[in-house]
Amino acid sequence: MSRVKWHAFLVTIYLLTKSEGWELTNTSTPIIEFKNVGLSYDDNEVLKNIDLSLEAGKFYTLLGPSGSGKTTILNLISGQLTATHGDILFEGNIINDVPVEKRNMNTVFQDYGLFPNMNVFDNVAFGPTIKRMSKTDINAKVTEMLDLVKLSDYADREINELSGGQRQRVAIARALANDPEVLLLDEPLSALDYKLRKDMQYELREIQQRLGITFVFVTHDQEEALAMSDWIFVMNDGVIQQNGSPEDIYDEPINHFVADFIGESNILDGIMKTDYLVHFTGKDFENVDAGMRPNERVEVVLRPEDLDLTTIENGKLVVTIDDQSFRGDYYEITALDDDGNEWQVQATNKAEIGERVGLTFDPEDIHIMRFNESEDDFDARLESYEDDADDAKE
Amino acid sequence: MMPKSKRQRQFFYIIPYGIWLVLFVIAPLVLLVFQSLTTPTGHFTLHNYAIYFASGTYLRMTFNSVWYAFLITAVTLIVSYPMAYLLNQLKQKQFWLLLIILPTWINLLLKTYAFIGLLSKSGTVNNFIGLWGVVPQQLLFSDWSFLLVAAYIEIPFMILPIFNSLAEINPRLEQASRDLGANRWQTLRRVIVPLSMPGVKAGIQAVFIPSLSLFMITRLIGGNRVITLGTAIEEHFLVTQNWQLGSTIGVVLIVAMVITMILTRDRARRSARKGR
Repeated sequence: MSRVKWHAFLVTIYLLTKSEGWELTNTSTPIIEFKNVGLSYDDNEVLKNIDLSLEAGKFYTLLGPSGSGKTTILNLISGQLTATHGDILFEGNIINDVPVEKRNMNTVFQDYGLFPNMNVFDNVAFGPTIKRMSKTDINAKVTEMLDLVKLSDYADREINELSGGQRQRVAIARALANDPEVLLLDEPLSALDYKLRKDMQYELREIQQRLGITFVFVTHDQEEALAMSDWIFVMNDGVIQQNGSPEDIYDEPINHFVADFIGESNILDGIMKTDYLVHFTGKDFENVDAGMRPNERVEVVLRPEDLDLTTIENGKLVVTIDDQSFRGDYYEITALDDDGNEWQVQATNKAEIGERVGLTFDPEDIHIMRFNESEDDFDARLESYEDDADDAKE
Repeated sequence: MMPKSKRQRQFFYIIPYGIWLVLFVIAPLVLLVFQSLTTPTGHFTLHNYAIYFASGTYLRMTFNSVWYAFLITAVTLIVSYPMAYLLNQLKQKQFWLLLIILPTWINLLLKTYAFIGLLSKSGTVNNFIGLWGVVPQQLLFSDWSFLLVAAYIEIPFMILPIFNSLAEINPRLEQASRDLGANRWQTLRRVIVPLSMPGVKAGIQAVFIPSLSLFMITRLIGGNRVITLGTAIEEHFLVTQNWQLGSTIGVVLIVAMVITMILTRDRARRSARKGR
């Protein structure tokens, strides 16, 4: 057993003895759980052995490129698709065979799916009407929902009289009118223009917090995911690559895919010579990572905003400015080092194209990614750094 | 020499069909109305209409025409809607659709005669049930055989527009309806059927209007037991040579068709015009 695992084991035992009566219950049941869920069409495995657990009342995002399986997960939760294997649980009960209409969740579709033969009011009233609520209750519900999405004056409008953003709001109101415990959102903002999308991100987050229900949001837009979510699942090739808070995923990507997909990254091949010493671009650098085999081949990630331009003497690396564009609050600079590696830098100071400058960064800005590291091992490694940091303080 | 202005060019394109339209649509219509309003010597009169509306026979024929056209339409619709719905969910829809359209390429009279062969006393159906010792039945010359053959001929014209309007419905709407708690039946009733109404109306037009003036089938299959306005017109023009009264019935029939058109007009067009 490695030192890290042994440590984690001892901590677990310690916590177990402290918990009252050795009980692990009353940690609330997850609202949605996937246990080894997979989905295949013929020989094509769309989703591979997914395990996940969602707590009630949080804003979750499934983030990934198209074809990564994120919408498939959403459709499995809603019941539009049936898993090839594995169990899906809702509040602790297996719901594999519960049909779509009997699940207490509703969906906001990418193309909205509003009924063109009904006006705004009737669209929002659809769910309550099916539930056979009384006329007064339906009226009250629809009014409340249209208020929530700020469309109170639009009840009598036909769907084809609405703009894209207004249709979006009607779709949200319609899905929420059923009082779902979980709201599923399938790339709902992708058809809106930039400004409107920003506003809706903010508003959706606000609605989620006001209602306190669980949102599961699917998107391929990493900025959107970082801005809105409590917790992100990054997906690729039918596998969850990494899950964590937006900060965790941005600061500590687990592998090349995540580092590349979330934000801008400089990714280089490197070697961990010993603990706290990494070698890349022909030089050794002090860093904060440890626990790897001596001389293990790794990938090194440096975020553009963590890099600064300085004089050649003060630089840890020397680079030549290749391109530069002004982005309002910073300059986006492309530079080449002597090995021919391309560096993305977000600098506050301007440089001249062709100029040779120094590049500087702090040891903690160097993120090390091991090849084929599982999420559990990765999390354990990061935790051990925190412990080491605590030890160092004492 | 090509005409220059846009209007002149458009006029140019209209000429071939325009000649057709004037000779075979407008002129006959004018003649029909004219004949119905004149005596054989060419004086204006409303006498023909008076005869028509005073006669119990003609009114009964009118009622018969409308009633049988209604029955044919109803039978056709009941058979066609579920079929069109099913067709839409099949994988090889184009193939099955082709099978349904195929009979329409064959001449109407040929198909009608084929049914005489099937339904006559020594026909295929009687031979078949004869295997169980059933005595040959009188199948031809009945209301049922008339309805059967008429519906058989009209079914493709009903399926096609309904199929098209169902195919246009975004499958997402069915998903959304289920997602909002509606079961299959509620989804069909509240979403699919209302959205396919334009197709249903087009189908009703395509079946009901031609059915008003059916006459060959009424004679060959119905054995002239059912006399419709189509039969009456044929009799007046070819047998009794009373063109004036024949024209009058023709005018009444055309008015009935126009009324049907107005009643089944697509209301969606109105809201679409308002919206876009």
